[in-house]
Amino acid sequence: MTTTEERPVGFGRMPRKEDARFVRGHGTYVDDVRLPGMLHGAILRSPLAHARIVSVDTSAAEAHPKVKAVITGETLAGLGLAWMPTLSYDTQAVLATDKVRFQGQEVAFVVAEDRYAARDALELIDVEYEPLPVVVDARRALDPDAPVIRDDKDQQTDNHIFDWSAGDKERTDEVFAAAGVVVEEDMLYPRVHPAPLETCGTVADMDAITGKLTVWSTTQAPHAHRTIYAMVAGIPEHKIRIISPDIGGGFGNKVGIYPGYVCAVVGSIVTGKPVKWVEDRSENLMSTSFARDYHMHGEIAATKDGKILGLRVHVIADHGAFNATAQPSQFPAGFFGVFTGSYDLAAAHCAVTGVYTNKAPGGVAYACSFRVTEAVYLVERMVDVLADRLGTDPAELRMRNLLRPGQFPYRTQTGWEYDSGDYPRALRLAMDIAHYEDLRREQTEKRRRGELMGIGVSFFTEAVGAGPRKHMDILGLGMADGAELRVHPTGKAVLRISVQTQGQGHETTFAQIVAEELGIPPEDVEVVHGDTDQTPFGLGTYGSRSTPVSGAAAALVARKVRERAKIVASAMLEVNPDDLEWEKGRWYVTGDPDQGRTMAEIALAAHSTLELPEGVEGHLDATCVYNPPNLTFPFGAYICVVDVDADTGQVKVRRFIAVDDCGNRINPMIVEGQVHGGLADGLGMALMQVIAFDEDGNCLGGSFMDYLLPTSVECPSWELGETVTPSPHHPVGAKGVGESATVGSPAAVVNAVVDALKPLGVRHVDMPLTPAAVWRAAQGRPLRTDMAIT
Amino acid sequence: MTHISVTVDGTAYEDEVEPRLLLVHYLRDRLGLTGTPIGCDTSNCGACTVELDGASVKSCTVLAVQADGGEVTTVQGLARDGEWTELQRAFHERHALQCGYCTPGMIMAARDLLRENPHPGSDEVRKALEGNLCRCTGYQNIVRAVLAVAEGETAAGERTGSAQEVTA
Repeated sequence: MTTTEERPVGFGRMPRKEDARFVRGHGTYVDDVRLPGMLHGAILRSPLAHARIVSVDTSAAEAHPKVKAVITGETLAGLGLAWMPTLSYDTQAVLATDKVRFQGQEVAFVVAEDRYAARDALELIDVEYEPLPVVVDARRALDPDAPVIRDDKDQQTDNHIFDWSAGDKERTDEVFAAAGVVVEEDMLYPRVHPAPLETCGTVADMDAITGKLTVWSTTQAPHAHRTIYAMVAGIPEHKIRIISPDIGGGFGNKVGIYPGYVCAVVGSIVTGKPVKWVEDRSENLMSTSFARDYHMHGEIAATKDGKILGLRVHVIADHGAFNATAQPSQFPAGFFGVFTGSYDLAAAHCAVTGVYTNKAPGGVAYACSFRVTEAVYLVERMVDVLADRLGTDPAELRMRNLLRPGQFPYRTQTGWEYDSGDYPRALRLAMDIAHYEDLRREQTEKRRRGELMGIGVSFFTEAVGAGPRKHMDILGLGMADGAELRVHPTGKAVLRISVQTQGQGHETTFAQIVAEELGIPPEDVEVVHGDTDQTPFGLGTYGSRSTPVSGAAAALVARKVRERAKIVASAMLEVNPDDLEWEKGRWYVTGDPDQGRTMAEIALAAHSTLELPEGVEGHLDATCVYNPPNLTFPFGAYICVVDVDADTGQVKVRRFIAVDDCGNRINPMIVEGQVHGGLADGLGMALMQVIAFDEDGNCLGGSFMDYLLPTSVECPSWELGETVTPSPHHPVGAKGVGESATVGSPAAVVNAVVDALKPLGVRHVDMPLTPAAVWRAAQGRPLRTDMAIT
Repeated sequence: MTHISVTVDGTAYEDEVEPRLLLVHYLRDRLGLTGTPIGCDTSNCGACTVELDGASVKSCTVLAVQADGGEVTTVQGLARDGEWTELQRAFHERHALQCGYCTPGMIMAARDLLRENPHPGSDEVRKALEGNLCRCTGYQNIVRAVLAVAEGETAAGERTGSAQEVTA
């Protein structure tokens, strides 16, 4: 197979088409949209985590000279819109009617002439609350005396949401009973937030004359949003147009529908004017989709000489006050079932219990690939805990236990079929780049001097590209994606896709896929996305599914056009289509390469008076819906090197080596950028990010003053490597990759820090590894970083 | 209402504004210069960075009335006759942007750095951009882009090489 570097047209390091507008400030993000007569909305939010609403007095706000409407839960109840369905078949309050259930929850919506007046009016609304006891600690949510948060739901008498399990419990118990070594560890993957730099927002415009609703929105899944609006509001789908313009990062934060979007739509209906709603940072952090919050108990079984045999896991999943988690319907714990990782196990079992707490809804976000972040963190920490017990080097223990190339396709103990992999090669490459043995020698010397240096290894298998329609859907919508390709008479093309970029470079890479398949320059392929009136139906961009699903659709629709072009070329050359052969960009006569027609020539002929065979319609257009046969399973080997200051607990990430294998790389430059960004996410989660709460349910991570993101100073210079193991079932052998680095890196950082603290007897520290947390762990007094110190 | 006169990207404006109006909202909502975005409410992210009278400022933390009599340059005022500046070109060539939301502020901050220190080292670039958060790039390609300008390496046609950061 030729490498991606050698092919001039199509795949390769093509600089991005998107950049021209962004470097000059000419992108169009939601808050840049201005419509005639547009009004501005703002949300009044609950100051309390759990309280009964006694009364809401909006009279003073309504008297404000610039206020056009004040909408409350009662207003919405009259329209049947006070509650909305979530992506997990639960309900979520749009504006609270009975109770507030988390701090920052939406209580009222003001529409005013400008954003300053809207904010002024919020302060004129008087809400009387009757405080209720709160549930903050998920592990206490099912206590008999815990207050019932969802007393709005029939038959809900406690805070239990679901129980879900995977694997064979009996067999796993047998393997554990017979194992020579069993170790266990409790670990929390704390609540974090994706915090895209652009917050969520919308401009809703209900045209009373045409009856058409147009919604500009920060959505990663515009078609799904349209269908849900149609179902909820009763507006027919052809009268709803969702436009997802340029999005300033999504990271899973912009998959679902938020109350603010619904309020803006209602605001537009009520006032007859377009209504813009753009949340501020604090609102984004406090009320939109959080990520993680898995309390995990892991057990790992092995033989005494280090053959890993089994994993047994129990999880309490904190879902907040409404179960709005975004994942395929049959997977309430997402794809956590891939927690068996990159190892050949004899047995495995996991059980996940979801509970309600008085916190914002969410769970699946922030490049998690539907809970794969949690799964990978669990197994990669457990392997390190085992290595520590056995006194084995963690890289060596992994190398011994990794799946071998000959075992693929490999069926895991929880039923996933990994498509392809050469794991030992990737780990060896990472160790070579790191000079692993030298690092261990350096560490030994430093330990002798009392200095704390740590080396962390993480090896992950991702699961991306949801997914096969037969068992993957969101609210009943099967997870297939469409593509439409139209080649114009002069050989320029338009590709319309159902997925929605938020910075991942689809406008460039999808043009490259068509270029690769048709042999026309990527510059001549315009990629259209994000407008439901203009693009085919599909489920949007998240779970690194664009390349596996929509990328496959783009390749196949181009192949359909290529086959049509073959028939046109055969008519032009007056030969049988079977006598034609394809070379990039051209059909030619077998045995006579001079006799051929380029795609541009064929495109013109397809639109001309040329007589075509019976049944051939002419033109060069095609559509395709791709239903993937399986997910793609990219993988990677990461090594992190840290220095820890024993006196302050400060962690310095000195080096980070990341070897990723996502099969064939459409644009290596863009893949590397995706990896860089994901590594920064992982480092941020491991070292500084947490949405913590105090005992009253006050959110302690509600601004960038407390919710810390890595800057250019904390991030090291990333060192990347690649191997290429194509996906056998994907049309161009490509796997998804966008979330790999976020999934794989936190365990490497934590493993490194715990490794550094090993001389002090530390075996585990929960994220985030802030100086305080590390210092306390070193003192033998671990800190619970998701809760305020009381 | 307070009267202000301010020059933005070379154009002189006269306006009546509320004293509490933030400069970033004046630029975006009043002048329609939406190239300068907002990323936070606590002055941390730097997405709104513009130049005010020769200094780099976060325009979410300046009142429009404070810019009275002043000169503002935003990212939209950098390119001349359609010609990108070296920094804009370097960001494109080195893939130093993804969603593009931090890019205007990042370019303005980098421009400020290179004016004060035309030949910074890698650590100096990172330190200078500490006030500008990026969620997409992991910073590395941004640092490479700024160093490329400092080292005069943005000639057209030059391709990005390895993922390793250029060490100064």
